Amino acid sequence: MSAERVPVDPALFTWPDEAPRLLGSECHDCGTIVFPAQTSCPACCSDRVAQRRLGTRGRLWTWTIQSFPPKLPYAGPATPDRFRPYGVGYVELPGETRVEAPLTVADPAQLAIGMEMELTFVPLTTDAAGREVVTFAFRPLAADGEEG
Amino acid sequence: MDVAIIGIGIHPFGRTEGVSGLEQGVHAAREALADASLQWRDIQCAFGGSTSAGNADTMVNRLGLTGLSFINVANGCATGGSALAAAVAAIRSGEHDIAMAVGFDKHPRGAFEVNPADWGLGQWYGEVGLALTTQFFAMKIQKYMHDHGLTEDALIRVAEKAFRNAEHNPYAWRRRPVSYEEIASSPMVSHPLRKYMFCSPSEGAVALVLCRGDLVRRLGRTPIYVKAVSMRTRHFGSFEVFSPCQALEQAPSPSVTASRAAFEAAGLGPEDIDIAQLQDTESGAEIMHMAENGFCADGEQARMLREGETEIGGRLPVNTDGGCLANGEPIGASGLRQVYENVLQLRGAAGPRQVPGRPRVGYSHVYGAPGVSAVAILQR
Repeated sequence: MSAERVPVDPALFTWPDEAPRLLGSECHDCGTIVFPAQTSCPACCSDRVAQRRLGTRGRLWTWTIQSFPPKLPYAGPATPDRFRPYGVGYVELPGETRVEAPLTVADPAQLAIGMEMELTFVPLTTDAAGREVVTFAFRPLAADGEEG
Repeated sequence: MDVAIIGIGIHPFGRTEGVSGLEQGVHAAREALADASLQWRDIQCAFGGSTSAGNADTMVNRLGLTGLSFINVANGCATGGSALAAAVAAIRSGEHDIAMAVGFDKHPRGAFEVNPADWGLGQWYGEVGLALTTQFFAMKIQKYMHDHGLTEDALIRVAEKAFRNAEHNPYAWRRRPVSYEEIASSPMVSHPLRKYMFCSPSEGAVALVLCRGDLVRRLGRTPIYVKAVSMRTRHFGSFEVFSPCQALEQAPSPSVTASRAAFEAAGLGPEDIDIAQLQDTESGAEIMHMAENGFCADGEQARMLREGETEIGGRLPVNTDGGCLANGEPIGASGLRQVYENVLQLRGAAGPRQVPGRPRVGYSHVYGAPGVSAVAILQR
């Protein structure tokens, strides 16, 4: 039997949808889209903004590898024996915005600017109640377009 | 109205066990006063900052309770630059004749600890592992190298130069030259940046005494004039630290806008600068900041570094005291360290690391989270 799963923050993505989407906001006045959703537009200062479900595929705009354990409040395994390096990048969602996210790949040889990426959801940690905490991440899209 | 720097003081950067950040600040303040041949009671207003080492105005307990105006400055990596800008404005306004700008810090070891709420971000941003300044710098230079054809060679040369310059700086933290090979084979910290390409949080303090230009003669000091000082924050679309998203259309960084404002106010251009101190949080930052401050075209840095143009003795010496890479980054003091170095160089008093040819105009630039920059242009 699998443990109950909860999102790292319920405002970041639709949950518990079968195929969750990132939740951004779109400005009614200038069209600027940001992630996560906010109540005013950072580009034109308008407060006429509405929630928007963002696309799930895009291209890797830049990336790095986090190779040492971050300090708190990092919730993943951070002790030297349990920490595992992880990729971080910005993925450009066409016509929307570039979203910063953990990547499922931590090998420089498997990452390249411009490669196609896809939204996914991965376990981050287990909370005090024994529930699995889930975060959004991006993974390389398999060459044939199938899920990797 | 002209504003002159007539006194400079520094507490060595690095790690000083048993000496608080505040005490290091007091040390620097006393040195600056002695250098200006003034007493603390002569200072009419002070602007000071520290991020991790307490309230700067507490210094008055040690320096003397003279009742002066002392304003604390908290502006991240631009704290020192902002303190200087405020001191210059206080004198230009006519309200005060003699001012001090001071900064000190003492950070715990390791990467800076980040509370996402301080930056207007949800706790999730730290929990999923995105709240690290190191990631931003790595991703910015990764993209820049990709777009402008730079290789790791440029990153290595910047670090090599920093430690080579610091060998001749008695106040620097890391004074051992590190070879090209040692840098190239050091562990990867945040791809493409390796261990020796990153600065570390550290300790240190700097103080400056400033006065009205027309008082210089009466005070009998050799003046270095502040031609311009500017502080700017980000525009929508610039690529910044701690950004969960980034606009599709990129805007110039606050370094670009602060630099343009300073050049305009000074009536000078990049070609007039004889020496530059540019924020080098890591090797890539120095490279990108060369272009953002108008000193070269994007991509030109590879050749400039290869041909030694930014070495002491080169066409435009950059980070002559070893920069952040060799001095570490005590946030409150870092920006003022650059100004301290430029004053020394313009006075011709930098000893074995003195830039030849009697430099006349010095440029300093800081950049930090969440998209702030300050620039100062000095002239003798």
